[in-house]
Amino acid sequence: MAKKFLYLNRKAPYGTVYALESLEVVLIAAAFEQEVSLAFLDDGVYQIAKGQNPKAAGMKNFSPTYNALGDYGITQLYVERESLVERGLTEEDLMPIVYEDENDEYAEKPSVQVISRAEMSQIMAEQDVTLSF
Amino acid sequence: MKYTIMVNEGPYQHQSSDTALQFVRAALAKGHTIFRVFFYHDGVNNGTRLAVPPKDDRMLQKEWSELAEKHGLDLVICIAAAQRRGLMDASEAKRQGLSADNIAAGFRISGLGQLIEGGIESDRTIVFGD
Repeated sequence: MAKKFLYLNRKAPYGTVYALESLEVVLIAAAFEQEVSLAFLDDGVYQIAKGQNPKAAGMKNFSPTYNALGDYGITQLYVERESLVERGLTEEDLMPIVYEDENDEYAEKPSVQVISRAEMSQIMAEQDVTLSF
Repeated sequence: MKYTIMVNEGPYQHQSSDTALQFVRAALAKGHTIFRVFFYHDGVNNGTRLAVPPKDDRMLQKEWSELAEKHGLDLVICIAAAQRRGLMDASEAKRQGLSADNIAAGFRISGLGQLIEGGIESDRTIVFGD
């Protein structure tokens, strides 16, 4: 039976390598046919912020990869509302990441779900494996 | 209970490797099983045999190697993270055309799939990080 894996992203996309290497784990994990979801909280919400351009800092912009997650069967990206609010962000500041629903004539549907801290704790409680980055 | 352990920080800069080591010792002492210890991010640096800490300090890499030998632990270093940070076994060094390797006894280099397999096969997966 498939297990529920949650990848918990808490850190900004640049400045440390956690976000990039977390995404590398997620892409490998997708091949194992488990139930995979991602959560973004604290500074981790910046990982899926729109309009990233870290070129001047000599870093590679890896944020387009999040758009490919749907093709890997990863369609649940939870974002904590309180983390957005604390940083002066709204859902409008996030990349419009979508997936094609194969059970609904491949209609494009949003992968990002903004949820409350209380709902986030509920989702964490439902997991079999939580990997925190 | 069967555990998989993930170590995400290098030795000395952070305490996560120390804490993981102590957890593994305690779990084994209670009769639990350690399915695998997976080293990721800077955690791969726990597997270098070239660290020479001061004599009055603990020797983390050596403690991992000794614990692995005593209990048959599977210590896995992520290859992608290791390549970035210059952690090599003999065959990888040869493949990359490098003149030396530095992996310590008891560690092996493999892919991220080993972490996911650990999560699937174990009752609990515990992350020791920053």
